Amino acid sequence: MKLEIRGVEFKYGSVLVLEDISLGISDGEVLSLVGPNGSGKTTLLKCINRILKPKRGAILVEGRDVSRVGLKELARSLGYVPQSAPPSFPLTVFDAVLLGRKPHVNWKLGERDKEIAFGVLRLMELDDMALRLFNELSGGEKQKVLMARALSQEPQVLLLDEPTSNLDLRHQLEVLELLIDMVKEKSLSAVMAMHDLNLASRFSTKIVMLKHGKIYAAGEPREVLNSDNIKEVYGVETTVNSNSGRPYIIPSTPIGKAHKTKVISKIMIREDLTLYV
Amino acid sequence: MATRVETVEAKEVYAKLTARKVLFIVVGLGGLAALVLVSTSLGSADLGVSSVASAIAARIFPFLNLEVSSKVDVIVWDIRLPRIVLGIVAGAGLAISGAAMQGIMRNPLVSPFTVGISSAAGFGASVAIIFGAGVVGVQKYLVISNAFVFALLAAFLVYSLARIRGMRPETLILAGIALMYFFSAATSLLQYIASQEELHAVVHWLFGSLTGASWENIMVVSIIFACCLPFLIKYSWDLNALVAGDDVATTLGVNTRRVRTVCMALATLITAGIICFTGIIGFVCLVAPHITRMIIGADHRFLLPCSCILGGLLLLGADTIGRTAFQPTTIPVGIVISIIGVPFFVYLLLRTRKEYFQ
Repeated sequence: MKLEIRGVEFKYGSVLVLEDISLGISDGEVLSLVGPNGSGKTTLLKCINRILKPKRGAILVEGRDVSRVGLKELARSLGYVPQSAPPSFPLTVFDAVLLGRKPHVNWKLGERDKEIAFGVLRLMELDDMALRLFNELSGGEKQKVLMARALSQEPQVLLLDEPTSNLDLRHQLEVLELLIDMVKEKSLSAVMAMHDLNLASRFSTKIVMLKHGKIYAAGEPREVLNSDNIKEVYGVETTVNSNSGRPYIIPSTPIGKAHKTKVISKIMIREDLTLYV
Repeated sequence: MATRVETVEAKEVYAKLTARKVLFIVVGLGGLAALVLVSTSLGSADLGVSSVASAIAARIFPFLNLEVSSKVDVIVWDIRLPRIVLGIVAGAGLAISGAAMQGIMRNPLVSPFTVGISSAAGFGASVAIIFGAGVVGVQKYLVISNAFVFALLAAFLVYSLARIRGMRPETLILAGIALMYFFSAATSLLQYIASQEELHAVVHWLFGSLTGASWENIMVVSIIFACCLPFLIKYSWDLNALVAGDDVATTLGVNTRRVRTVCMALATLITAGIICFTGIIGFVCLVAPHITRMIIGADHRFLLPCSCILGGLLLLGADTIGRTAFQPTTIPVGIVISIIGVPFFVYLLLRTRKEYFQ
């Protein structure tokens, strides 16, 4: 078991955001966390990579409790791909990827570190943009570079926060295909928060559906993604077809008036977030 | 095979890029040495570059037994060099502080002065000048020590406020700007009640100049700078990670709070150590890092040392102009650097590709 989550509970102040979450993921698996806004997807990712600290429960990466290993040590087995990169100063793509070697180096980079960074770029067929500035890339290219950085960390588990939310159709597919290729190639495990149910259905081996911070359903895509579950969790009527063995969802209408979900304000998240870092 | 070849090429180009950064350091240091010689030769007493060079060499390498007249020796070592060396150290220190602050705040508008250090130092100096009273120090050191103490006090206040909110860049910047306004207003109040003579002294201090340079000052500034520099350089990778975002930095194993706190403390210390002797020399700390990034990019491993060199060049260049352009009047370097530096910076900004910060 690469990643195991046991009874995790998390609160922002007095608001319960995650409740009794337990799941496991082994080699070569891609797990998608789905659920409406505020259902706890991102919070769960942040608990796994130790940006947030759960109130209860344990998270084990390769059998080690993440709250007991140092940040640097954790960074050697856990890579994180953010939703997007903040505005920043000019850095070449290669330097941006090389940053992934940070947990492995003290100050001086070895030849091996450069070799690994180039290797990842080559594997992802990004070597032609190695010397371009990261700032100049398109959203899709940036997303690939962020993934390349996480891979050059040589992690066992990869976490991705809505990796396709800012991308066009082609880049969505490219990024996710790249992801499953890498997961197979290096026999990693990946956990990603996803909004697009069809992409989740097509590219995941496992799906965990969250509602109000609790696991509502979990299993293979065809077990989880049915119109009853989606109706209950999202409050949306859908038609679910089968597309080469995987469910394909066609949304029709929201049920009743606005479906109330617990949306926690960003400001509140910010405040609390900082308390646990 | 094709990709293999491309990778080899990319590697070579990357090696070239790195070599270019090293070249920047070498050329920068060479330029600095040349500027020192030229600047030392300029002034009311006309000295040739070669006599300046031998006067400098005579003291550094006494075994060469160079013949130097005592008049030249005095002019070079007692009058001109202290000012020049202080200019370089101050420029370098302010520039690296600026680079570090912009990195930890992930913000191109930030400099050490953004967190209120300068206006607090100005307030401290004003208190010492107008009331002749200070927190610590006696007589001749009163203004210096008061400026230093108030600068650190401001930084500490900003830090304490920001700490409540977990050292987020936004809070640091807002708290800093609020304090800056507070201390500016307090200084204005003091100026309002000051006598003509005191007012003149305060205003002159606020301009920022290298007039008070002495080997003693240089020693203090250099020791602070030399103690802080290795730590900042050591944090190069962490700064690169912070610029990529707090979440990413954390997942790369960086303790963002610690790095931010330590780097801010070091930048503050260097800046306070400089401006308490020179008065408020702005602009270098904002602009030297930007110019350096435009030339060699944003990798802090190179950005920090290169900013130092560029900061030294800028400040020494500006002071040399201020000292010689309208002889015998000397224009304070704080004024010169902004008047000359702003058009130069705007030119670079317009020339640079729009992707500089996005």
